[in-house]
Amino acid sequence: MNPPYVTGSSSVSTIMLKVLLALLPAVAAYVLLFGPAILIGIALASATALACEAFMLRLRRYPIKPFLLDGSALVTAWLLALAMPPLAPWWLVVVGTAFAIVVAKQLYGGLGSNLFNPAMVGYAVMIISFPAQMTQWQAPHALASLHLSFLQELQYMFGGTLPDGAKLDAVTMATPLDTLRTQLKLGHSVETIRQMPIFGAFSGKGSETVAWCYLAGGLLLWQQRVITWHIPAAFLATLALAAGAFYLHDPAHFAPPWFHLMSGGAMLGAFFIATDPVTGATTPKGKLIFGAGIGLLTYIIRAFGNFPDGVAFAVLLMNICVPLIDAYTQPRVFGHPTKPGRGTQQ
Amino acid sequence: MRPLYRFNGGVHPPQHKEESSGHPIVPAPLPARLVVPVHQHIGNPAKPLVQPGDRVLKGQLIAQAEGYVSAAVHAPTSGTVSTVAMHLVPHPSGLPDLCITVEADGEDRWIERQPIDYRELDASTLRNRLRDAGVVGLGGAVFPTFIKLNPGAQQRVPTLILNGAECEPWITCDDRLMRERAAQIVAGIAVMRFMLGSQEVLVGIEDNKPEAIAAMAEACAQSAFPIEVVAVPTLYPAGGAKQLIKVLTGKEAPSSGRSTDVGVACFNVATAYTVHRAVDHGEPVVSRVVTVTGNVREPRNFEALIGTPVSDLVAAAGGAREGTDRLVMGGPMMGFDLPSPEVPLVKACNCVIAASPALFKPAPAPMPCIRCGRCARACPVELQPQELYWFARAKNFGKAQEYALFDCIECGCCSYVCPSHIPLVQYYRFAKSEIWAREKEKKAADLARERHEFRQLRLEREKRERAEKLAQKTAAKAAPAPGEADAKKAAILAAVERAKAKKAAAAPRNVDNLPPEALEEIAKIEARRAQVRDMARRPVAEEKEP
Amino acid sequence: MLAAILVMSGLAVVLGAVLGFSAVKFRVQDNPLVEKIDAILPQTQCGQCGFPGCKPYAQAIAEERADINQCPPGGEEGIRKLAELLGKEFKPLNAEHGAPKTKSVAVIDERLCIGCTLCLQACPVDAILGAAKQMHTVLAAECTGCGLCVPPCPVDCIAMVELREEIATWKWKYPVYQFKRAS
Repeated sequence: MNPPYVTGSSSVSTIMLKVLLALLPAVAAYVLLFGPAILIGIALASATALACEAFMLRLRRYPIKPFLLDGSALVTAWLLALAMPPLAPWWLVVVGTAFAIVVAKQLYGGLGSNLFNPAMVGYAVMIISFPAQMTQWQAPHALASLHLSFLQELQYMFGGTLPDGAKLDAVTMATPLDTLRTQLKLGHSVETIRQMPIFGAFSGKGSETVAWCYLAGGLLLWQQRVITWHIPAAFLATLALAAGAFYLHDPAHFAPPWFHLMSGGAMLGAFFIATDPVTGATTPKGKLIFGAGIGLLTYIIRAFGNFPDGVAFAVLLMNICVPLIDAYTQPRVFGHPTKPGRGTQQ
Repeated sequence: MRPLYRFNGGVHPPQHKEESSGHPIVPAPLPARLVVPVHQHIGNPAKPLVQPGDRVLKGQLIAQAEGYVSAAVHAPTSGTVSTVAMHLVPHPSGLPDLCITVEADGEDRWIERQPIDYRELDASTLRNRLRDAGVVGLGGAVFPTFIKLNPGAQQRVPTLILNGAECEPWITCDDRLMRERAAQIVAGIAVMRFMLGSQEVLVGIEDNKPEAIAAMAEACAQSAFPIEVVAVPTLYPAGGAKQLIKVLTGKEAPSSGRSTDVGVACFNVATAYTVHRAVDHGEPVVSRVVTVTGNVREPRNFEALIGTPVSDLVAAAGGAREGTDRLVMGGPMMGFDLPSPEVPLVKACNCVIAASPALFKPAPAPMPCIRCGRCARACPVELQPQELYWFARAKNFGKAQEYALFDCIECGCCSYVCPSHIPLVQYYRFAKSEIWAREKEKKAADLARERHEFRQLRLEREKRERAEKLAQKTAAKAAPAPGEADAKKAAILAAVERAKAKKAAAAPRNVDNLPPEALEEIAKIEARRAQVRDMARRPVAEEKEP
Repeated sequence: MLAAILVMSGLAVVLGAVLGFSAVKFRVQDNPLVEKIDAILPQTQCGQCGFPGCKPYAQAIAEERADINQCPPGGEEGIRKLAELLGKEFKPLNAEHGAPKTKSVAVIDERLCIGCTLCLQACPVDAILGAAKQMHTVLAAECTGCGLCVPPCPVDCIAMVELREEIATWKWKYPVYQFKRAS
């Protein structure tokens, strides 16, 4: 045996389990405000992820049990299910999850070796391939003209049929970010757009509550030392700064920073996705740069791009930069006058 | 209150101090045979001075320091040297090393001990006395103390720090020593302070040892010069020299240099105790206090002779309990498995833990690194262990050195916190020893290249010299000096004359009374012979002409 | 159109001139290839490669007269380094030149030595000490373990003794575990 003979209690699976637990408040809020469809999505994604992971591990001759129990596939599945529209055809979440696990994770070498965040790869592929399905979001109960029962939701997701000739419009709608974009293109000002019924105090009715829950879960992760403050803080601060600058410059055409913080994938991304250790920067300074980069890119894509949200693309773009960021932000070593790396080699 | 500083990271492993800290130090029984390794310190092995059959007294020098970085080794008891041979020693390699075995006579008779008045001696003589008393750092690093007590060009080291942190779990030998022999430690501190010319003296003790802190504070209050006893927060590895210096002074010892570069010297409290014994009592280091704990019936601290078999110590602690599968030297964070219970106690050994699977659970199977960065947050040297792991694993040694691999103190904090249970320290040790081996190989290759090139040059030169000599010789033959030629000719002529005379003398003597026909016959034969000789000579001459 | 072509060609000329100038002016003084190859070779000077020493072999590799897999003491790692340096494909050691052995040193049985000096002449690094009709001995620190001194000895008193691992030369092992199951 080799020292140290004693080890701490943490393990990969406890870390992953804590992430899943921290997501529970948001899932609960989702169910209360939008209905139970999200649970079906999560279940579908989890089953797909585990099946794909097991299949790939077998193919790669890895022991299945420890690697399935590490929980990393489940985290990917949950994050992807939460990022996708809940009331979507079943195959959407299945294909997305399968792509995330098989291509983005296992083909890159599995746990610890993937370059890109698997959940975000799955999301990006889906939104490019199936933009229509990916933008049909379930309306919150408070706004929907038709309430689907759990059974009816199942019927729609697996059979594509709605009860008695009801139209899809009755249960779905565009997201607040999407609405803002289309309405701005129609020439309306931010002020008048935000008077529409789907908007709440900060961003969308319902969705802003979920965002608060993500924030709470994220703070729990930080308190549990699963994540550090660097990435979420840099991400949200940069997003707020960029949004604030444009908002101050032209409040008629740019949404206020709190709208950006509380809508779309900002909170989920900041605390749960950008903080993925495998694909993120590891040095403290590097994490700040990484988070800030995601925040800035997210705002640019939201404000000037053509996609409803920018978090996924921002994360993927910053994933590419991680090796470079890490190499250039190596901290000073104890007793060294300068940073290691460049220039200090004897 | 003195402001304390923090080092990065650190961990809080379970303490397990109370098992052995409650009992006073007891002398270990005198074993029948003591095995004393000659290499118990950093640097060159000591050179044996005794042979099998020699009688030795307790404290007698049996191996002397060799080279600058080295220390002496002494007979731990009186008796007879039985062998000077290879014997298993406590080392992670499990390989044997040169040891002097002393069969104890049971009398434990001391050699004549001469206390030193350290104020009267000049500094270098005093340091040599400590070297010859075998005083080395007893915290575990066993660096020869006399070298660290050289203030160098600055003439003085302003701050002297005594390390009583004892941060590794299970170990309590320094704790007991401070509780029971605080005054003697302070006496040792006085010598060290004198040698270094320090103004400020600090004793750092982790705050989980209130009794030791109280005892030391009391002894220090009696001291003629001010000594400050500082309770430092319990956080592994606060007992690392550089970490303790940082905590107490906020200064960082430079990576490439020594702590004296920032005006601080740091010694273990047990080292101060041995300095006192060596100086004020003339006793070299022949014993030390060692904690024997873990899965033994009566965990204790023993004052044991160097060379005592570890199995004797375990037996003295009531023997190992059921389930003990091996013995560990040192603490659970930085210790190692002993290759055999028969290895001797050495100066570096502060603790022996009887280990069992229940005590130290086998680590779960490693998982891939997920770059969570917990290791970096735990690293007291502020390294990026996840990067070092990657480079060491890929055997990318150049990059590992660039990321300051050699600053790693192998404290094990990274492995302790790693959620993937990767044996990180193992990787760093592997990389370090591989780099050292390669450097050695490169030096050997450079030496061989140099010697080969020199040999080529030498052969070339010798060839040239031979050629020159040969040329001279042939030149001499081709153009001999005239006088010399005459002399030669004369000599040859003389030789020819002598040969002729010889020949004449050897002419046939039985021709005198022969009939004339016979004489004529002989004359004819002679003429023919001459003719043949002539013929034989001519073609040669003809051949030579063209 | 013409202006554009002129501007572009002018730019090309200027930039080309700058590049050419800097290539000459800031040329990195580099070790010649032979030196770099020689630095990789183990300097055993054993001649197993078929050349009288490491430098001649390095020369031969540089001039492509010899392959990179002829050095048994350098082993697989040496071949890998050479392949990397020269941008060639790795190939296993050519068995014609011998197999890699653990490093050893020559030891002369001093009771048998007759002092003939033949081994002295064979040693490529002058690591044998002695004179005519005097007993010889090997300087272990300088011996490269090439074994060239063994065949000339008329009384077979030289043996190649493998170096044993001792504490001073012991190395920590590479941690072995794998995620993959053994197939």
